[in-house]
Amino acid sequence: MLKSASPVLLAVLGLLTLSGCGINNIPTYDEAAKAAWSQVENQYQRRADLVPNLVETVKGYAKQEKDVLVQVIEARAKATQMTIPKDIVNNPAAFKQFQQNQDALSSALARLMVVVEKYPDLKSNQNFLALQSQLEGTENRISVARRDYIETVQKYNTELRTIPGRWWASLLYSDAKVKENFTAAPEAKEAPKVKF
Amino acid sequence: MLTVPRLFAAALLCASAAALAALQFPTLSGRVVDEAGILAPQAQADISALLAAHEQSTSNQVVVVTLKSLQGDDIADYGYQLGRQWGIGQKGKNNGVLLIVAPNERKLRIEVGYGLEGVLTDAESRMIIERVMKPYFKQDNYEQGIRAGVDAILAALGGEFQASPPPTAAGGGGQGMYGLLMMALFIGHFLFGALAQRASTGKRIFAAGAFGVIAGVIAWIFVGVLVALVISIVVFVFMLLAGGRMGPGGSGYGNWGSGGWGGGDGGFSGGGGSFGGGGASGNW
Repeated sequence: MLKSASPVLLAVLGLLTLSGCGINNIPTYDEAAKAAWSQVENQYQRRADLVPNLVETVKGYAKQEKDVLVQVIEARAKATQMTIPKDIVNNPAAFKQFQQNQDALSSALARLMVVVEKYPDLKSNQNFLALQSQLEGTENRISVARRDYIETVQKYNTELRTIPGRWWASLLYSDAKVKENFTAAPEAKEAPKVKF
Repeated sequence: MLTVPRLFAAALLCASAAALAALQFPTLSGRVVDEAGILAPQAQADISALLAAHEQSTSNQVVVVTLKSLQGDDIADYGYQLGRQWGIGQKGKNNGVLLIVAPNERKLRIEVGYGLEGVLTDAESRMIIERVMKPYFKQDNYEQGIRAGVDAILAALGGEFQASPPPTAAGGGGQGMYGLLMMALFIGHFLFGALAQRASTGKRIFAAGAFGVIAGVIAWIFVGVLVALVISIVVFVFMLLAGGRMGPGGSGYGNWGSGGWGGGDGGFSGGGGSFGGGGASGNW
Protein backbone atom coordinates (compact mmCIF):
# COMPACT_ATOMS: atom_id res chain seq x y z
CA MET A 1 0.00 0.00 0.00
CA LEU A 2 2.80 2.34 0.93
CA LYS A 3 4.72 1.60 -2.21
CA SER A 4 1.85 2.01 -4.62
CA ALA A 5 0.84 5.31 -3.12
CA SER A 6 4.22 6.98 -3.20
CA PRO A 7 4.20 7.86 -6.95
CA VAL A 8 0.94 9.72 -6.35
CA LEU A 9 2.48 11.58 -3.46
CA LEU A 10 5.47 12.41 -5.57
CA ALA A 11 3.27 13.70 -8.38
CA VAL A 12 1.35 15.93 -5.98
CA LEU A 13 4.56 17.23 -4.47
CA GLY A 14 5.89 17.78 -7.98
CA LEU A 15 2.85 19.88 -8.84
CA LEU A 16 3.36 21.93 -5.70
CA THR A 17 6.94 22.59 -6.73
CA LEU A 18 5.89 23.58 -10.24
CA SER A 19 3.61 26.28 -8.95
CA GLY A 20 6.62 27.71 -7.18
CA CYS A 21 8.27 28.08 -10.56
CA GLY A 22 5.59 30.39 -11.81
CA ILE A 23 3.67 28.16 -14.17
CA ASN A 24 0.57 30.25 -13.41
CA ASN A 25 2.23 33.63 -13.42
CA ILE A 26 1.53 34.62 -17.01
CA PRO A 27 -2.24 34.11 -16.93
CA THR A 28 -2.41 35.61 -13.43
CA TYR A 29 -0.54 38.76 -14.41
CA ASP A 30 -2.48 38.90 -17.66
CA GLU A 31 -5.75 39.03 -15.78
CA ALA A 32 -4.39 41.68 -13.42
CA ALA A 33 -3.30 43.81 -16.37
CA LYS A 34 -6.69 43.41 -18.04
CA ALA A 35 -8.46 44.48 -14.88
CA ALA A 36 -6.15 47.46 -14.53
CA TRP A 37 -6.82 48.45 -18.13
CA SER A 38 -10.58 48.32 -17.74
CA GLN A 39 -10.18 50.60 -14.74
CA VAL A 40 -8.29 53.07 -16.93
CA GLU A 41 -11.00 53.00 -19.58
CA ASN A 42 -13.68 53.24 -16.94
CA GLN A 43 -12.20 56.36 -15.36
CA TYR A 44 -11.69 58.09 -18.68
CA GLN A 45 -15.29 57.30 -19.52
CA ARG A 46 -16.38 58.73 -16.22
CA ARG A 47 -14.60 61.95 -17.05
CA ALA A 48 -16.21 62.12 -20.46
CA ASP A 49 -19.61 61.69 -18.80
CA LEU A 50 -18.95 64.68 -16.57
CA VAL A 51 -18.09 67.04 -19.41
CA PRO A 52 -21.57 67.89 -20.84
CA ASN A 53 -22.85 68.96 -17.44
CA LEU A 54 -19.75 70.94 -16.75
CA VAL A 55 -19.93 72.71 -20.11
CA GLU A 56 -23.60 73.58 -19.57
CA THR A 57 -22.90 75.04 -16.16
CA VAL A 58 -19.96 77.11 -17.35
CA LYS A 59 -21.98 78.35 -20.36
CA GLY A 60 -24.55 79.85 -18.04
CA TYR A 61 -21.98 82.19 -16.54
CA ALA A 62 -19.28 82.57 -19.16
CA LYS A 63 -20.82 82.51 -22.62
CA GLN A 64 -18.01 84.63 -24.04
CA GLU A 65 -15.50 81.82 -23.47
CA LYS A 66 -16.76 80.12 -26.56
CA ASP A 67 -13.37 79.04 -27.89
CA VAL A 68 -12.42 77.11 -24.80
CA LEU A 69 -15.83 75.56 -24.49
CA VAL A 70 -15.85 74.46 -28.11
CA GLN A 71 -12.41 72.93 -27.70
CA VAL A 72 -13.62 70.92 -24.74
CA ILE A 73 -16.70 69.72 -26.59
CA GLU A 74 -14.69 68.73 -29.64
CA ALA A 75 -12.03 66.97 -27.65
CA ARG A 76 -14.68 65.05 -25.77
CA ALA A 77 -16.42 64.09 -28.99
CA LYS A 78 -13.17 62.80 -30.43
CA ALA A 79 -12.38 60.82 -27.32
CA THR A 80 -15.80 59.22 -27.07
CA GLN A 81 -16.29 58.57 -30.77
CA MET A 82 -13.21 56.41 -30.99
CA THR A 83 -14.28 52.78 -31.01
CA ILE A 84 -11.88 51.08 -28.69
CA PRO A 85 -10.77 47.78 -30.18
CA LYS A 86 -10.82 44.78 -27.83
CA ASP A 87 -7.13 44.17 -28.32
CA ILE A 88 -6.15 47.80 -27.70
CA VAL A 89 -3.44 46.89 -25.22
CA ASN A 90 -1.73 44.82 -27.88
CA ASN A 91 -2.38 47.31 -30.66
CA PRO A 92 0.24 50.11 -30.68
CA ALA A 93 -1.62 52.34 -33.15
CA ALA A 94 -4.96 52.21 -31.36
CA PHE A 95 -3.26 52.58 -28.01
CA LYS A 96 -1.44 55.69 -29.18
CA GLN A 97 -4.63 57.10 -30.65
CA PHE A 98 -6.48 56.52 -27.40
CA GLN A 99 -3.79 58.23 -25.42
CA GLN A 100 -3.68 61.23 -27.79
CA ASN A 101 -7.43 61.71 -27.64
CA GLN A 102 -7.52 61.58 -23.88
CA ASP A 103 -4.53 63.89 -23.57
CA ALA A 104 -6.27 66.40 -25.81
CA LEU A 105 -9.33 66.32 -23.58
CA SER A 106 -7.13 66.66 -20.51
CA SER A 107 -5.50 69.82 -21.77
CA ALA A 108 -8.78 71.32 -23.03
CA LEU A 109 -10.32 70.73 -19.61
CA ALA A 110 -7.27 72.17 -17.88
CA ARG A 111 -7.62 75.33 -19.98
CA LEU A 112 -11.29 75.56 -19.11
CA MET A 113 -10.57 75.31 -15.41
CA VAL A 114 -8.06 78.14 -15.68
CA VAL A 115 -10.51 80.34 -17.59
CA VAL A 116 -13.29 79.93 -15.04
CA GLU A 117 -11.08 81.61 -12.47
CA LYS A 118 -12.23 84.91 -13.97
CA TYR A 119 -15.86 84.32 -12.99
CA PRO A 120 -16.44 84.61 -9.25
CA ASP A 121 -20.18 84.01 -9.61
CA LEU A 122 -19.56 80.76 -11.36
CA LYS A 123 -16.94 79.72 -8.84
CA SER A 124 -19.34 80.16 -5.97
CA ASN A 125 -22.12 78.30 -7.75
CA GLN A 126 -22.99 75.19 -5.80
CA ASN A 127 -23.49 73.06 -8.86
CA PHE A 128 -20.19 74.14 -10.35
CA LEU A 129 -18.33 73.43 -7.12
CA ALA A 130 -19.72 69.92 -7.09
CA LEU A 131 -18.80 69.35 -10.74
CA GLN A 132 -15.37 70.78 -10.21
CA SER A 133 -14.64 68.49 -7.29
CA GLN A 134 -15.93 65.53 -9.27
CA LEU A 135 -13.65 66.46 -12.14
CA GLU A 136 -10.67 66.80 -9.83
CA GLY A 137 -11.50 63.49 -8.23
CA THR A 138 -11.80 61.84 -11.61
CA GLU A 139 -8.48 63.23 -12.83
CA ASN A 140 -7.03 61.87 -9.65
CA ARG A 141 -8.56 58.45 -10.21
CA ILE A 142 -7.29 58.46 -13.76
CA SER A 143 -3.76 59.00 -12.59
CA VAL A 144 -4.09 56.22 -10.00
CA ALA A 145 -5.59 53.86 -12.60
CA ARG A 146 -2.84 54.68 -15.07
CA ARG A 147 -0.17 54.08 -12.51
CA ASP A 148 -1.71 50.75 -11.50
CA TYR A 149 -1.87 49.78 -15.16
CA ILE A 150 1.75 50.73 -15.70
CA GLU A 151 2.78 48.58 -12.76
CA THR A 152 0.77 45.52 -13.71
CA VAL A 153 1.86 45.65 -17.34
CA GLN A 154 5.45 46.08 -16.31
CA LYS A 155 5.15 42.98 -14.18
CA TYR A 156 3.42 41.04 -16.95
CA ASN A 157 5.87 42.10 -19.65
CA THR A 158 8.83 41.36 -17.43
CA GLU A 159 7.48 37.89 -16.71
CA LEU A 160 6.95 37.29 -20.39
CA ARG A 161 10.45 38.34 -21.33
CA THR A 162 12.49 36.86 -18.50
CA ILE A 163 13.30 33.27 -17.71
CA PRO A 164 11.49 31.13 -16.66
CA GLY A 165 8.39 33.07 -17.72
CA ARG A 166 9.70 33.01 -21.26
CA TRP A 167 9.91 29.23 -21.21
CA TRP A 168 6.41 28.87 -19.83
CA ALA A 169 5.17 31.27 -22.50
CA SER A 170 6.69 29.29 -25.32
CA LEU A 171 5.58 25.99 -23.81
CA LEU A 172 2.03 26.81 -22.77
CA TYR A 173 1.00 30.37 -23.52
CA SER A 174 2.06 30.97 -27.08
CA ASP A 175 -0.72 33.54 -27.56
CA ALA A 176 0.60 35.78 -24.77
CA LYS A 177 1.95 39.02 -26.16
CA VAL A 178 3.80 41.95 -24.66
CA LYS A 179 1.32 44.72 -23.82
CA GLU A 180 1.49 48.43 -24.60
CA ASN A 181 2.20 50.74 -21.72
CA PHE A 182 1.76 54.46 -21.13
CA THR A 183 4.79 56.43 -22.11
CA ALA A 184 4.45 59.80 -20.40
CA ALA A 185 5.01 59.97 -16.68
CA PRO A 186 1.57 60.25 -15.08
CA GLU A 187 2.62 63.46 -13.33
CA ALA A 188 3.35 65.14 -16.65
CA LYS A 189 -0.24 64.99 -17.78
CA GLU A 190 -2.11 65.64 -14.58
CA ALA A 191 -4.50 68.53 -14.92
CA PRO A 192 -3.14 71.63 -13.20
CA LYS A 193 -4.66 72.07 -9.79
CA VAL A 194 -6.98 75.02 -9.47
CA LYS A 195 -6.01 77.31 -6.60
CA PHE A 196 -8.46 79.34 -4.58
CA MET B 1 17.08 24.64 -11.26
CA LEU B 2 14.43 26.91 -12.58
CA THR B 3 14.36 28.86 -9.40
CA VAL B 4 17.71 30.62 -9.62
CA PRO B 5 17.01 32.90 -12.60
CA ARG B 6 13.54 33.38 -11.29
CA LEU B 7 14.86 34.54 -7.96
CA PHE B 8 17.09 36.93 -9.81
CA ALA B 9 14.16 38.32 -11.77
CA ALA B 10 12.14 38.57 -8.59
CA ALA B 11 14.97 40.43 -6.91
CA LEU B 12 15.07 42.86 -9.85
CA LEU B 13 11.32 43.37 -9.65
CA CYS B 14 11.51 43.93 -5.92
CA ALA B 15 14.30 46.43 -6.37
CA SER B 16 12.32 48.42 -8.93
CA ALA B 17 9.21 48.30 -6.76
CA ALA B 18 11.23 49.57 -3.83
CA ALA B 19 12.61 52.39 -5.98
CA LEU B 20 9.07 53.39 -6.97
CA ALA B 21 7.76 53.31 -3.44
CA ALA B 22 10.28 55.67 -1.96
CA LEU B 23 7.68 57.32 0.27
CA GLN B 24 7.91 56.79 4.01
CA PHE B 25 4.70 56.01 5.83
CA PRO B 26 4.07 56.37 9.55
CA THR B 27 3.13 53.25 11.52
CA LEU B 28 -0.53 52.53 12.00
CA SER B 29 -0.57 52.85 15.78
CA GLY B 30 -4.33 53.29 16.15
CA ARG B 31 -7.34 54.93 14.59
CA VAL B 32 -5.74 58.31 15.22
CA VAL B 33 -2.14 58.59 14.11
CA ASP B 34 -0.91 61.98 15.23
CA GLU B 35 2.52 62.14 13.69
CA ALA B 36 2.46 65.93 13.55
CA GLY B 37 1.52 66.18 17.22
CA ILE B 38 -1.43 68.55 16.88
CA LEU B 39 -4.00 66.62 18.89
CA ALA B 40 -4.27 66.51 22.67
CA PRO B 41 -4.48 63.00 24.21
CA GLN B 42 -8.09 63.63 25.21
CA ALA B 43 -9.07 64.52 21.65
CA GLN B 44 -7.26 61.45 20.31
CA ALA B 45 -9.11 59.23 22.76
CA ASP B 46 -12.48 60.83 21.96
CA ILE B 47 -12.04 60.54 18.23
CA SER B 48 -10.72 56.96 18.48
CA ALA B 49 -13.77 55.97 20.50
CA LEU B 50 -16.09 57.51 17.91
CA LEU B 51 -14.31 55.76 15.06
CA ALA B 52 -14.23 52.42 16.87
CA ALA B 53 -17.97 52.63 17.53
CA HIS B 54 -18.56 53.43 13.88
CA GLU B 55 -16.56 50.41 12.75
CA GLN B 56 -18.41 48.26 15.23
CA SER B 57 -21.76 49.11 13.70
CA THR B 58 -20.88 49.51 10.02
CA SER B 59 -17.48 47.80 9.54
CA ASN B 60 -16.25 50.98 7.85
CA GLN B 61 -12.73 51.84 8.95
CA VAL B 62 -12.10 55.56 9.33
CA VAL B 63 -8.63 56.69 10.32
CA VAL B 64 -7.35 60.18 11.15
CA VAL B 65 -3.72 60.84 10.35
CA THR B 66 -1.66 63.97 10.77
CA LEU B 67 1.64 64.11 8.93
CA LYS B 68 4.87 65.92 9.68
CA SER B 69 5.68 66.04 6.00
CA LEU B 70 4.30 65.00 2.64
CA GLN B 71 7.87 64.40 1.49
CA GLY B 72 7.37 66.68 -1.47
CA ASP B 73 4.51 64.60 -2.81
CA ASP B 74 1.02 65.71 -3.74
CA ILE B 75 -1.36 64.98 -0.86
CA ALA B 76 -3.74 63.04 -3.13
CA ASP B 77 -0.87 60.94 -4.38
CA TYR B 78 0.45 60.33 -0.89
CA GLY B 79 -3.02 59.65 0.48
CA TYR B 80 -4.04 56.72 -1.67
CA GLN B 81 -0.67 55.07 -1.24
CA LEU B 82 -0.87 55.45 2.51
CA GLY B 83 -4.36 53.96 2.48
CA ARG B 84 -3.16 50.99 0.46
CA GLN B 85 -0.08 50.54 2.59
CA TRP B 86 -2.17 50.38 5.75
CA GLY B 87 -4.99 48.48 4.10
CA ILE B 88 -7.70 50.59 5.69
CA GLY B 89 -11.20 49.21 5.12
CA GLN B 90 -12.33 45.61 5.00
CA LYS B 91 -10.89 43.37 2.34
CA GLY B 92 -13.27 43.05 -0.59
CA LYS B 93 -15.42 45.95 0.62
CA ASN B 94 -12.72 48.58 0.48
CA ASN B 95 -14.73 50.64 2.92
CA GLY B 96 -11.99 52.77 4.41
CA VAL B 97 -11.63 56.52 4.77
CA LEU B 98 -8.55 58.50 5.68
CA LEU B 99 -8.71 62.04 6.99
CA ILE B 100 -5.25 63.39 6.29
CA VAL B 101 -3.92 66.62 7.72
CA ALA B 102 -0.50 67.96 6.80
CA PRO B 103 -0.17 71.10 8.94
CA ASN B 104 3.26 72.04 7.65
CA GLU B 105 2.11 72.09 4.04
CA ARG B 106 -1.30 73.40 5.16
CA LYS B 107 -3.01 70.65 3.17
CA LEU B 108 -6.05 68.57 3.97
CA ARG B 109 -7.48 65.52 2.31
CA ILE B 110 -10.32 63.09 2.69
CA GLU B 111 -9.24 59.88 0.97
CA VAL B 112 -12.14 57.57 0.24
CA GLY B 113 -11.81 53.83 -0.43
CA TYR B 114 -13.32 52.29 -3.58
CA GLY B 115 -16.30 50.88 -1.72
CA LEU B 116 -17.43 54.17 -0.19
CA GLU B 117 -17.01 56.43 -3.21
CA GLY B 118 -20.75 56.30 -3.81
CA VAL B 119 -21.66 57.30 -0.25
CA LEU B 120 -18.99 59.82 0.53
CA THR B 121 -18.68 61.40 -2.90
CA ASP B 122 -15.94 63.71 -4.08
CA ALA B 123 -18.35 66.62 -3.92
CA GLU B 124 -19.39 65.78 -0.35
CA SER B 125 -15.77 65.36 0.71
CA ARG B 126 -15.01 68.72 -0.80
CA MET B 127 -17.90 70.33 1.05
CA ILE B 128 -16.77 68.84 4.35
CA ILE B 129 -13.31 70.26 3.78
CA GLU B 130 -14.44 73.68 2.59
CA ARG B 131 -17.43 74.33 4.80
CA VAL B 132 -16.86 72.28 7.93
CA MET B 133 -13.14 72.00 8.48
CA LYS B 134 -11.52 74.99 6.85
CA PRO B 135 -13.12 77.67 9.06
CA TYR B 136 -11.45 76.08 12.10
CA PHE B 137 -8.19 75.46 10.33
CA LYS B 138 -7.97 79.08 9.28
CA GLN B 139 -8.03 79.99 12.98
CA ASP B 140 -5.37 77.33 13.63
CA ASN B 141 -7.88 75.42 15.71
CA TYR B 142 -6.84 72.05 14.30
CA GLU B 143 -8.36 69.99 17.04
CA GLN B 144 -11.85 71.41 16.63
CA GLY B 145 -11.51 71.25 12.85
CA ILE B 146 -10.61 67.58 12.94
CA ARG B 147 -13.39 66.78 15.39
CA ALA B 148 -15.92 68.56 13.19
CA GLY B 149 -14.54 66.85 10.10
CA VAL B 150 -14.78 63.40 11.69
CA ASP B 151 -18.37 64.11 12.75
CA ALA B 152 -19.27 65.20 9.24
CA ILE B 153 -17.59 62.17 7.65
CA LEU B 154 -19.37 59.77 9.98
CA ALA B 155 -22.66 61.52 9.34
CA ALA B 156 -22.15 61.23 5.59
CA LEU B 157 -21.26 57.54 5.90
CA GLY B 158 -24.08 56.77 8.33
CA GLY B 159 -25.58 53.36 7.94
CA GLU B 160 -23.66 52.05 4.94
CA PHE B 161 -22.82 48.34 5.04
CA GLN B 162 -24.97 47.75 8.08
CA ALA B 163 -25.95 44.29 6.94
CA SER B 164 -22.74 42.50 7.86
CA PRO B 165 -20.97 42.97 11.17
CA PRO B 166 -17.20 43.44 11.17
CA PRO B 167 -15.04 40.32 11.51
CA THR B 168 -13.83 39.76 15.04
CA ALA B 169 -10.30 38.73 14.17
CA ALA B 170 -7.68 41.33 13.48
CA GLY B 171 -5.98 40.40 10.22
CA GLY B 172 -7.66 39.57 6.92
CA GLY B 173 -5.08 37.20 5.44
CA GLY B 174 -4.12 35.46 8.64
CA GLN B 175 -7.74 34.79 9.38
CA GLY B 176 -8.30 32.95 6.11
CA MET B 177 -5.28 30.75 6.68
CA TYR B 178 -6.36 30.02 10.22
CA GLY B 179 -9.80 29.02 8.97
CA LEU B 180 -8.32 26.63 6.43
CA LEU B 181 -6.09 25.08 9.02
CA MET B 182 -8.95 24.58 11.45
CA MET B 183 -11.08 23.07 8.72
CA ALA B 184 -8.35 20.63 7.78
CA LEU B 185 -7.77 19.61 11.38
CA PHE B 186 -11.48 19.25 12.01
CA ILE B 187 -12.07 16.99 9.03
CA GLY B 188 -8.90 15.08 9.82
CA HIS B 189 -10.11 14.52 13.38
CA PHE B 190 -13.13 12.53 12.24
CA LEU B 191 -11.53 10.64 9.41
CA PHE B 192 -8.41 9.85 11.30
CA GLY B 193 -9.88 9.18 14.69
CA ALA B 194 -11.35 5.81 13.76
CA LEU B 195 -8.29 4.66 11.89
CA ALA B 196 -5.66 5.76 14.34
CA GLN B 197 -6.31 3.39 17.23
CA ARG B 198 -5.65 0.14 15.44
CA ALA B 199 -3.08 1.24 12.94
CA SER B 200 0.62 0.55 13.15
CA THR B 201 3.16 3.35 13.37
CA GLY B 202 4.08 3.07 9.70
CA LYS B 203 0.50 3.35 8.58
CA ARG B 204 -0.05 6.25 10.91
CA ILE B 205 2.87 8.11 9.43
CA PHE B 206 1.59 7.38 5.97
CA ALA B 207 -1.93 8.46 6.74
CA ALA B 208 -0.74 11.62 8.47
CA GLY B 209 1.40 12.34 5.43
CA ALA B 210 -1.55 11.81 3.12
CA PHE B 211 -3.70 14.17 5.16
CA GLY B 212 -0.89 16.70 5.18
CA VAL B 213 -0.61 16.57 1.41
CA ILE B 214 -4.37 16.76 0.92
CA ALA B 215 -4.62 19.71 3.28
CA GLY B 216 -1.73 21.35 1.48
CA VAL B 217 -3.31 20.90 -1.94
CA ILE B 218 -6.65 22.24 -0.72
CA ALA B 219 -4.92 25.19 0.90
CA TRP B 220 -2.91 25.75 -2.26
CA ILE B 221 -6.12 26.38 -4.17
CA PHE B 222 -6.96 29.25 -1.87
CA VAL B 223 -3.63 30.68 -0.81
CA GLY B 224 0.02 30.80 -1.86
CA VAL B 225 2.25 27.78 -2.10
CA LEU B 226 4.39 28.70 0.89
CA VAL B 227 1.41 28.99 3.20
CA ALA B 228 0.05 25.76 1.78
CA LEU B 229 3.31 23.99 2.55
CA VAL B 230 3.25 25.28 6.10
CA ILE B 231 -0.35 24.12 6.53
CA SER B 232 0.56 20.76 5.06
CA ILE B 233 3.41 20.26 7.49
CA VAL B 234 1.37 21.44 10.48
CA VAL B 235 -1.41 19.04 9.59
CA PHE B 236 1.06 16.20 9.20
CA VAL B 237 2.65 16.76 12.59
CA PHE B 238 -0.67 17.32 14.26
CA MET B 239 -2.22 14.17 12.83
CA LEU B 240 0.79 12.16 13.85
CA LEU B 241 0.65 13.41 17.43
CA ALA B 242 -3.12 13.34 17.67
CA GLY B 243 -3.24 9.78 16.35
CA GLY B 244 -1.17 8.56 19.26
CA ARG B 245 -3.36 10.11 21.90
CA MET B 246 -6.77 9.72 20.44
CA GLY B 247 -8.94 7.12 22.02
CA PRO B 248 -12.63 6.59 21.32
CA GLY B 249 -14.46 9.69 22.46
CA GLY B 250 -11.24 11.35 23.49
CA SER B 251 -10.01 14.56 22.05
CA GLY B 252 -6.57 16.02 22.36
CA TYR B 253 -7.44 19.41 21.05
CA GLY B 254 -7.94 21.33 24.25
CA ASN B 255 -8.92 24.90 23.63
CA TRP B 256 -7.87 25.17 20.01
CA GLY B 257 -11.17 26.21 18.57
CA SER B 258 -11.96 29.03 20.91
CA GLY B 259 -8.37 30.04 21.54
CA GLY B 260 -6.65 33.28 20.94
CA TRP B 261 -5.91 34.03 17.33
CA GLY B 262 -8.53 36.75 17.18
CA GLY B 263 -7.02 38.64 20.06
CA GLY B 264 -9.26 41.69 20.24
CA ASP B 265 -6.90 43.33 22.73
CA GLY B 266 -7.82 46.78 21.45
CA GLY B 267 -5.06 46.80 18.86
CA PHE B 268 -6.11 48.19 15.52
CA SER B 269 -5.06 47.11 12.07
CA GLY B 270 -6.28 47.62 8.56
CA GLY B 271 -8.65 45.06 7.13
CA GLY B 272 -6.97 44.98 3.71
CA GLY B 273 -9.08 47.55 1.87
CA SER B 274 -7.84 49.45 -1.15
CA PHE B 275 -8.04 52.97 -2.53
CA GLY B 276 -8.27 54.36 -6.03
CA GLY B 277 -7.97 58.11 -5.63
CA GLY B 278 -11.51 58.99 -4.51
CA GLY B 279 -12.14 61.92 -2.21
CA ALA B 280 -11.12 65.55 -2.21
CA SER B 281 -8.26 67.78 -1.13
CA GLY B 282 -8.02 71.32 0.11
CA ASN B 283 -5.64 73.80 1.65
CA TRP B 284 -6.00 76.62 4.12
